[in-house]
Amino acid sequence: MNSITLVRRIKARPSIVFDALTTAEGIAAWWGPDDVPVVRVQADARVGGAYRVRFRTLDGREHEAYGTFLEIVAPRRIVMTWDYAFGGEADEHGRTSRIEIDLVPFAGGTDLRFTHADLASDASELSHAWGWTGSFEKLVRHVEHVGISADLDSES
Amino acid sequence: MVNYPHQQPDLDRVFATLADPTRRAILARLAQVESLSVSALAEPFAIKLPAVMKHLDVLGAAGLITRRKRGRTVDVRLSASALRGPSAWLRDYERFWSPALDRLVAHAERKEAQARAVEARRKSR
Repeated sequence: MNSITLVRRIKARPSIVFDALTTAEGIAAWWGPDDVPVVRVQADARVGGAYRVRFRTLDGREHEAYGTFLEIVAPRRIVMTWDYAFGGEADEHGRTSRIEIDLVPFAGGTDLRFTHADLASDASELSHAWGWTGSFEKLVRHVEHVGISADLDSES
Repeated sequence: MVNYPHQQPDLDRVFATLADPTRRAILARLAQVESLSVSALAEPFAIKLPAVMKHLDVLGAAGLITRRKRGRTVDVRLSASALRGPSAWLRDYERFWSPALDRLVAHAERKEAQARAVEARRKSR
């Protein structure tokens, strides 16, 4: 399974971090890859509740992340599904992934552990199936070496 | 530029697309140039233009090439982001979340400072 985990040590109590992660006002303050104001946030932070974050990136394009809260344990743990829409259309290649957030208190603050899981797990499965150890770049180099003349008149 | 997660290709589709030798040849040709018009791209192939177009549709759907209309011609170019390995996609997610979490930290610490100021005022009363 493919996932990424990021950790941050925050000098703020867990309840404050929890609010920043689960309220519309909090989410709007930090969400998105670029430092561009979030356009709209809805968050119904209870199990089965939905969230929706519409945000803009520096290139001016609008993106939307949305999903459902699967676990809410204030102020310790949040699990939610994650889907992605771009330009108003659901990402056709997308799959529903999962975000798990754990907040562990320490004296003077909170340790945040942020995991985005279930990311393109077929990537690793396929790489195994193909004995694929490197990247697609290798394939491009390979087809360049093989050359194109041999394949030019083949039509599928 | 950061590649956002929505650009992640469907790898099933990518592999299926690459299974065809003509499509691999098209990719190899595009790998050598910045971009090519559809007709220039079709030229060395012993197949008809519509057949080439069909291959381009498949390559486009797999996210391996991009096409842009310029005047009366269509420029085709390799989509470099599609030709990276799975680990690159994970790095894109990291790049997506990391600055956001940094701002979350700053935001929460600001809120904490505010909360402490309020508590200190209450205590001194």
